[in-house]
Formats: sequence, C-alpha cells, structure tokens
Amino acid sequence: MIEISLSRRALLAAGTAALAAPRLARADAAPIRIGEINSYSAVPAFTLPYRNGWQLALEQINAAGGVNGRKLAVISDNDAGKPQDAVRLAGELVESDRVDLLAGGFLSNVGLALSDFSAQKRVLYVAGEPLTDALVWQNGQKFCYRLRPSTFVQAAILVEEAAKLPAKRWVTVAPNYEYGQSAVKWFSDLLKAKRPDVEFVAAQWPALGHIDAGAVAEALASAKPEAIYNVTFGPDLTNFVRQGNTRGLFEGRSVVSLLTGEPEYLDPLGDETPPGWIVTGYPWASLETPAHVAFRTAYQKKFNDYPRMGSVVGYSLIQAIAAGLGRANGDFASDKLVSAFAGAEFETPFGHALFRAIDHQSTLGTFVGKTALKDGKGVMVDWRYVDGASVMPPDAEVHKLRPGAG
Amino acid sequence: MPGADQILVALLTGLADAAALFFVASGLTVIFGVTRVVNFAHGSLTMLGAYCGWSLISRLPPTPLGFTLGALATMLVLAVIGAMMEIGLLRRVYRAPELFQLLATFGVVLMAEDIVQALWGVEDLALRRPPWLRAFVLVGGARFPRFDLFVIVLFPLIFLFLWLLFTRTRWGRLVRAATEDRDMVAALGVDQRLLFTSVFALGAALAGLGGVLALPDASANLGMDLTTVTDAFVVVVVGGLGSLSGAALASLLIGFLQAFGIMLVPKATLALVFVVMAVVLVLRPNGLLGRPPGRERASGETQAVVRPAPRALGLLGLGTLILALLAPFFLGPYALAIATEMLIAMLFAASLHFMMGPGGMASFGHAAWFGIGAYASAFAVRLLAAPMPLGLLVAPVAAAVMAALFGSFVVRLSGVYLAMLTLAFAEIAWAIAFQWVNVTGGDNGILGVWPASAFAGPRAFYWLTLLLTTLGTLWLRRILAAPFGYALRGVRDSRRRAEAIGVAVMPLQLTAFTLAGAAAGLAGGLYAYGKGSVFPTYISLGHSVDALLMVLLGGVGTISGPIVGALAYTGLYDVLLSVTGLWRLVLGAAIILLVLVFPEGIAGGVFRLWQRMRPA
Repeated sequence: MIEISLSRRALLAAGTAALAAPRLARADAAPIRIGEINSYSAVPAFTLPYRNGWQLALEQINAAGGVNGRKLAVISDNDAGKPQDAVRLAGELVESDRVDLLAGGFLSNVGLALSDFSAQKRVLYVAGEPLTDALVWQNGQKFCYRLRPSTFVQAAILVEEAAKLPAKRWVTVAPNYEYGQSAVKWFSDLLKAKRPDVEFVAAQWPALGHIDAGAVAEALASAKPEAIYNVTFGPDLTNFVRQGNTRGLFEGRSVVSLLTGEPEYLDPLGDETPPGWIVTGYPWASLETPAHVAFRTAYQKKFNDYPRMGSVVGYSLIQAIAAGLGRANGDFASDKLVSAFAGAEFETPFGHALFRAIDHQSTLGTFVGKTALKDGKGVMVDWRYVDGASVMPPDAEVHKLRPGAG
Repeated sequence: MPGADQILVALLTGLADAAALFFVASGLTVIFGVTRVVNFAHGSLTMLGAYCGWSLISRLPPTPLGFTLGALATMLVLAVIGAMMEIGLLRRVYRAPELFQLLATFGVVLMAEDIVQALWGVEDLALRRPPWLRAFVLVGGARFPRFDLFVIVLFPLIFLFLWLLFTRTRWGRLVRAATEDRDMVAALGVDQRLLFTSVFALGAALAGLGGVLALPDASANLGMDLTTVTDAFVVVVVGGLGSLSGAALASLLIGFLQAFGIMLVPKATLALVFVVMAVVLVLRPNGLLGRPPGRERASGETQAVVRPAPRALGLLGLGTLILALLAPFFLGPYALAIATEMLIAMLFAASLHFMMGPGGMASFGHAAWFGIGAYASAFAVRLLAAPMPLGLLVAPVAAAVMAALFGSFVVRLSGVYLAMLTLAFAEIAWAIAFQWVNVTGGDNGILGVWPASAFAGPRAFYWLTLLLTTLGTLWLRRILAAPFGYALRGVRDSRRRAEAIGVAVMPLQLTAFTLAGAAAGLAGGLYAYGKGSVFPTYISLGHSVDALLMVLLGGVGTISGPIVGALAYTGLYDVLLSVTGLWRLVLGAAIILLVLVFPEGIAGGVFRLWQRMRPA
C-alpha cells in the first residue's frame, strides 16, 4: 500500500518540469526536493489557486535552469485540514522522500504543528499562509520561516488607516478562535495607543461558520457605534454583509475589515459589496507593476483564470525558497540552509521582499485600500502597498515577543 | 438594558432562526420517526438543496414567482435524490444492527462533499438578490428583512401542512402507525417499502427547502453540511425524536437562545446551545415532547453472547501480535508511524466498542475522552514539566474522572438520546479547547509534547504503543469475559430483567462508561506524545465519527470487530489521502460498499462465512 502512495507522489513530481526533463548525467543535477503540505481538500477555495501559483513558479524557475544548476521538485501532500495528519505526512516526506526542506500550510495550527516538527527533526520549514503571530514570535524557532504578513501586520496596517478616521466609538466582530481574538486584540491595543480618545463599546464573537448574522448586526447596531472593525471571512462574512446591508448597519458608519479585499472573500459578496470599507487585500485587476503584470499574464495563460491571493502566496513561496536555496551554495545541511535563508531576498508579484534575520518573518506586505462596486462586482480602489517591514514593532520589542533562540 | 423595540427585533430575528432550523429538523425527525435511521447525510441534502436552488433560481426571472418556482423545483429534485438514497442504499440495511445505517449515511456525506465540489466548484455561491429580496420593514425604527418575515410566516404554514398530512390523510396515519410499531404495520399488509421511500423523499425535500431558504441571507458553501446537521440534530433531540411538535418547539427554543444569547454571552454561543441540550436531556430523558420508547425489544432480537475467541482466532491473534512485535525490523519509519497510529486507533475503537457493543451505549462524542486524555498529558508536560510516565498516567485518570462525573447523567438515558448527550459534552469540550485561547491555546493547540528521549525514535515509541494499546485492549476483553461483562450484556438485552435479578444497572453502566473513558484517554495520551502536540481537532465531531465508523465497520457484534475496523479504516484513510485528491469520494464509496456487502461489519461478515463453511 505504501508502494501505491509513493508511485503517486512520483507522478505528482513528474508533473513538474523537473522529472519530465531527461535525466542529466551529472550527479549534482538531481533535483532539490521540496516537501509541500497543505489543506487541499479542507480549504479548496484557497489551496487550489495556491497550488496553481506554486506550479507556475516551479515551471518558470526550472525553465530558467533551476537553482545553481539544479532543478526543483515539489512533492505535495494533502493534510485534510488536520494538524495531526500534517505531522505524519511531514515524517514521510523527511524520512522516506528525503526532502531537503518542508513548505506549505494554510491553517495556523497546521503551521505550528509543522514548525514544532521541524524543530524536533532539525529540518527547515518555510510556512506560506499561516497567519498566527505565534509561528514567528511566541513559538518562533530557528528552523521556521514564514512568508505571509502575520495577523499583527495585517491589523497594524489597518490601524494606520483607522486612526485617521474621526470615529471614536468602535465595535468589533470576529470569529471566536485564536485568529479572531488576536486580530481584535492587536487592533484595539494599537489603535488605543495611537488614539487615546477611542473606546471599544461592544464586541461580538460568532462561532466560526455559525454566525447568527441578523442577531449580530442588531447587537452591534444597538451599541450605537461610529465605526466597525470586522474580522469575519468566508461564508460568515457573506451572511454578515447581507444582513448588515438590509438592516442598514453600515450606513453612516466607517467599517475597517481584515482580509476582505482578497478575491477569495470579496468575490462572493458580488453586487452586495459595501462600498467604502477600508480593507487589506489584493487588487489583482488594477495592479499594473511590471512584476505583477508578468505574473498575471503568465497565470491567466496557463490556468485560464485570474489569480487569487492564494496564487500569489504559492508563487512567492517557491520564489522565496529558490532564493534561500541559492544562498546555500549547494550545502543543504539543515543548519547551513537555515542560516542561508536569513536575509534571503526574493521577488514577488507584489515586489521585493526578504526574510528578516531577527524573527524569520518575510517583509512581504499587503495592499490596503477601499472597497467599491464596479460592474456588479466588488473591487479594491485607492489602494497602496504597505511593506511588511514598515509596520513591524521595534527590534527590542520583537526580541521580547520571540523568547525562543534564534 | 435593551429597549422594547430592540427586544421585538430580537424576537423576530429569533423567530427567523427558528424557522430556518425547523425546515431542516422537521425532515430529519420525520425520517427518524419512521425508519429509525439517524440520517447523518441530512445536512448534505440541505447543502445540495442550496446548490441546486442557486443553479435553478439564478436562471429564472428574479421575481417572487421565479424564486418560488425554483424553490419548488429544488424540493422536487431533492425528493428524487432522497428516494434514490433510500432505495439504493438504506433499504438494504434496515435489518442491520441499530445505528449501522449511520455508517451508510456517513458514506453519503463524504461522497456528497466531493461531488458538490466537482459540480459547483470551490467558491461560495451567493444568490444575487433582486430588490424585493433586499427589502425591509420598519419595526419600531429598526429595519427587519422582509424576506425573513416571509420565512417566519412560512414556519407555521409548513408546520400546519405537515400536521395535516400526518393526522388527516391515510398516508399520514400509516406513517404514524409505522412510527409506533413497524412490525405490526407490516403484519397488517401495508407496503412498508413505499411508505419508507416516500417518507425519505419528504424529509429530503424539506432539507432542500431549508437549503434554498438559506440562500438569500447567506450562500451555498462547502461547509454547510456539517454545520447544518449538528444544529438539526440538536433541535430534533431537544424536541424529542420523531416528534413534529417537539421539533417546532425546540426550533423556537434554540432560535431564541441564539438571538438573545449573543447579547448575554457573546463568547459562548456555541457552548450555550449544547449546554441547553444537555440540561433538557438530563431533565427530560426523551426530549421535550418525545415519548419514552415503547415496549422493550422482543426477545428474538437478543444478540448472540460474545464468547471468548475460538482457538483458531486466538492463534491468528497471537500470530498477528508476533508479527506486530517484529514489524520495526522490516517496516520503514513512515510505515511504522502509520502502524503506531493504527494501534492507537485500535484502542480508541475498542474503548468505544466496549460501551457501545456489549454496553449498548452508543456514543457520538467519544473523542471527548480521547481529547481530555491528550490535553491532560499536554498540561502535565507544559505546566508541571511531568516526565512521560506521569504524563501517560494522567491521561487515563483525567479521562476516567471526567467520564465518571459526566457519565452519571448519561446512563439515565438510552439509545440516540444517550448518544446525543455524549455529543453535547464533546461539543462543549471542543468549544472550550477551540475558543478559550488563554488556557488551551485555542486551535493553535499545545506544542512540544514530545516523548522522553528513550522513546523518541519511531521504533521505541512503536513498541511502547504496542505494549500499552495491546494491554489496554486485552484488559477490556478480559472485563467483557468476566461476570461484569455478562451483567453488562444482560442489561443491554433486557434492562428490566437484569434489574429484577438484582443487577445494579446504573452503577454497572457508569463503571463501564468510566472504563471506556479511561481507555480512550490512554489512547489520547499516547497520541499526544506520538504527534508532539495536541489540538482541538482531537475532540472534534469528525474524530468521534471516526471512532464510530471504525466500530461499525468492524462490526458491533464481535469482539475483534473494533480491531479489524480500526485497522481497515485507518489504513484506507491514510492510503487514500496520499493517493488521490478525491479521497472523500473514494472513502465514502468504499464505506457504502462495505455496508452493503457486510451488513454485520467486516468481522461479523467473516464470522458468518466461517460458520457457514463449518459442517453443521
């Protein structure tokens, strides 16, 4: 039975240019193996565009000759959304497939489980999407790097805009679990620091996937807020927006909303997208930098679909890994590889970024802008790119937040 | 304090919630009442209803008439799907042991997830709302969605329709008669098959209606099957299984609880619903309006006594054990990791089988004890820096203590009510693990629970796991072969007779419940060390269902069933997960196939073949 699984994995890797190319005689031409794990069946709306993204990057890098003359091969696994399965699959990737490093993850708990595994087995793990601050701070450790801007960074970017608003009475709505709780905590702490006159007068904590949107909208409205901070996403967000629209919750109020500008969450809102929300996200249609245009064109050509946030994460993840591998000069012993990644600089569709040595967080940023309606669809307008490095706490603070070594 | 207007709006919101719950729950309760099938796929039918409704209604003119036609067409489609499900699958397993149909419906749940994703894609589909669907009415200055008002009006209409259908038509009388006594109805010459098929079609159509009516306020999405089915189960059980009025009453209770609960305890809405369900069940063991189950089962249904294994099976077991002992010498580290998981799953399944098979107490929340064990080990390591032996000792002890405390409420109930009370406890435990981030770490879990260095290698940890799980499983078997086990089975087969001959029924069942909890806790502790971390997913409904699947797949009636089931299910899952992206489709199909081929479970089927081959 194990045989079957290996043959499929070989097949998957063969889908990449690496193994499809005729095997070269030189010994050092064996591909560099990246073990990749994600929640493909549990969170398909994110992970399928994400897979497209990394496949595109892999194809481009290998077509350009790979890294220091060696091609890259990705062996991909599905954790079904369970951290315990991710750990088991990571074991297989490291011990049976002899991968040089691990990558991937969408859910924060999968990211943390893989990070803990990587510290135990002393193998490099580059996290893509997991947002939790714990990954690089409280539970940060030297074998783990992370690409996406964390919950803290996303909240801090929004606070810059929120502080400019005249609103003083705020309410919050967030899914009741670690992500929602830290997103609210950072936002309220940072905003109060910038604007001592602000007060948070009510908070709603719907259970993830179980929002009672009508009741939540009523409860928020009854606190008579001037502004609303929203952290819900996915089906909860759609439900909340529809009830809020009908009940007039958003009229005459400022709304600041985390991640809502990402196509994954904005698109389902359709013609009900409330205009004027301040959001973080990804304006794929109107971002015309040369790097992004090249990425978008290649992506649309290959997949006949427009890129989502997941696509950018997948694409940038492989670019970042290639950059780190390039600095290792062929020495992939874990310790060497880990130090090679510190300070590794790479290009993404969003622009230039690097892995910070201080906490192994990349400086990849995100876009902040306003929502608007265009041809019956939600879009982001008046956006600007915020580099992740620009909102990070001072180094002394980071050292305190990251008690673990390295 | 909220003003009068606010209370009125909250009341209306609660009514709208209640209506939405009722449409889905009424179908579930009607199906259960007649066929005794715990239809786990009811949420999947609702999801299908939402997706079908989206496809149909977005092609029709955006008028009230278009919407109504689309909704009716969706109900028709769902009725056909429901009838096909009954004819093709459930009809073939009615004779199987109680709850076995649950396994079949869970196969449908898995398949439906992949099928819907293949047909409609991965993105949430929100119905474009024309102005009439966005309209509102003013209630004391606050806006209230007009569509929700329409849903509220539909609530009593549907209830009245169903009530008339069941009380004023011949079909309805037959259905009620079948609910009361299936065998008698059959003896009177009523074609049960037609009755059951039509009831299933009606239930599926109601599920579809629930899905369609969710569209204007929400969206069709891939997660709605499981969120819907747990809510519907809660309503049906609180109201009383099979009771239509009960479902209506419980819908109102839960709807208002959600609408007002978020004002009072915004952080605990999820737990609140399950706390209320637990309180209702403790006070009224058959739900609000449910009637106690009729006469005890006729003696003909008494299951065969499970005897110690025959010699051949014993030798087979011994051979397997020796093979397992030697496994690290010929298995790679990954195969060994899978083998370790299989062993833990074996103990987990055996502990559920202990209370479910011989104990007659099925549990929908067995992962609670597994999770409590795992978290106990993790807390011991993190807070007390406990060494591994202590960490592994704490796991079963903590699980046993919690099981004993909680079990005293559980053993007053029976059947599906008992199972649902265990589910309530597991969901509360899950909500604590998932939402109380400061204590449990939330979904980020607790990390760094790695085994002592002597057991850090995969081989050493495998042997440790083999030792502890084998001892645990054998210990459970030993208890079943002792007088305690015989008394337990006596209680299962005839509670009153057992009482009459002086068996202390409740203490006996409570002890069995506690022992099962302890064994599951040990499995959880081992799992925590094996994975190096604990997460709320260990307590999730999905994990409880895994245990149920293993026991049912192996066969409730045999003592080696859970072992076979655990090996088969874990192996199937692990292999499929890495072989195919459509693992849910294949796993669901495999489960359905096994259900049809082995209605007594794998071990039960093999046992039957074995008996048939022996000369009479």
